[in-house]
Amino acid sequence: MYMRQKDGHIVSYGTYIAVWFGLLVFTILTVAVAGINIRVISVIAPLLIAAIKTLLVLSFFMHLKYEDGNLKMMLSGAVVILAIIIGFTFLDISFR
Amino acid sequence: MPDADIDIAVENEKDYTGSKIGMWLFLFTEMLLFGGMFLLYSVYRSIHPQDFHNGASELSIMIGTVNTIILITSSLTMAISISATQKGSRNLSTIFLALTIILGLLFLANKCFEWGDKFHHGIYPNSAELLKDSSGKVLFYGLYFVMTGLHGLHVLVGVILLSVMLILVINGKNNRKDYIKLENSGLYWHFVDIIWIFIFPLFYLIT
Repeated sequence: MYMRQKDGHIVSYGTYIAVWFGLLVFTILTVAVAGINIRVISVIAPLLIAAIKTLLVLSFFMHLKYEDGNLKMMLSGAVVILAIIIGFTFLDISFR
Repeated sequence: MPDADIDIAVENEKDYTGSKIGMWLFLFTEMLLFGGMFLLYSVYRSIHPQDFHNGASELSIMIGTVNTIILITSSLTMAISISATQKGSRNLSTIFLALTIILGLLFLANKCFEWGDKFHHGIYPNSAELLKDSSGKVLFYGLYFVMTGLHGLHVLVGVILLSVMLILVINGKNNRKDYIKLENSGLYWHFVDIIWIFIFPLFYLIT
């Protein structure tokens, strides 16, 4: 009884298959969008789609949706640090 | 002797939350490792847009797309395997974990094929053929080989890790009551999938 892993939220197979289907649709969409030859769309759209796909994987496959606030806060901390590194580097190279 | 009972209980208690947090902390370091490379990619891309454009159009969107679908599907089978373990169906968990490993190997096989094709055309780090090209192109292929190579290495490590997990699931060490090892391996596998979700558009699609 004491050995039981308590925090296990069981996600149904159906939910996983739905998420997988969503990921497939976004993959096809991103390949389709890549054909469009407008500079802004062909750069921003694939990155936006990648971010959405990441959110899907994080929330459902990695169970973040079912975790408490601590993990989410820690992850946001790491993401913010990465964003600062990337943002400040670009501030640097674009104003040289 | 209620006190003795409690002592035994405390001894046997595993810190599952701590275990999971530890895995996430490791994934954060991985995120910053790959993040640094994505940063290099974006900076060099902004300096050499035309060369990166030409480089990306030389990669096969077909192979990239197939590999994306393979990895996404392997994430699905991984997640199902964990759910099956949570529900106590060991056979289903075993089958889907084995499927995940096979898909991982399939991804690596595709990658070998893709790299082999590039090698065949004389394109590999520091090759004479590549060095004849512009410096932007050299940078593009340098980043391509390093990033997909490091990612491939992660897939390989994942395959080995999941193979160990397969043994633990089959012999019942990973079970309905204690599946944290399988769960943490799953987190790693999904993380590797996320890295690919970004590598794919950056190298293959954005031309």
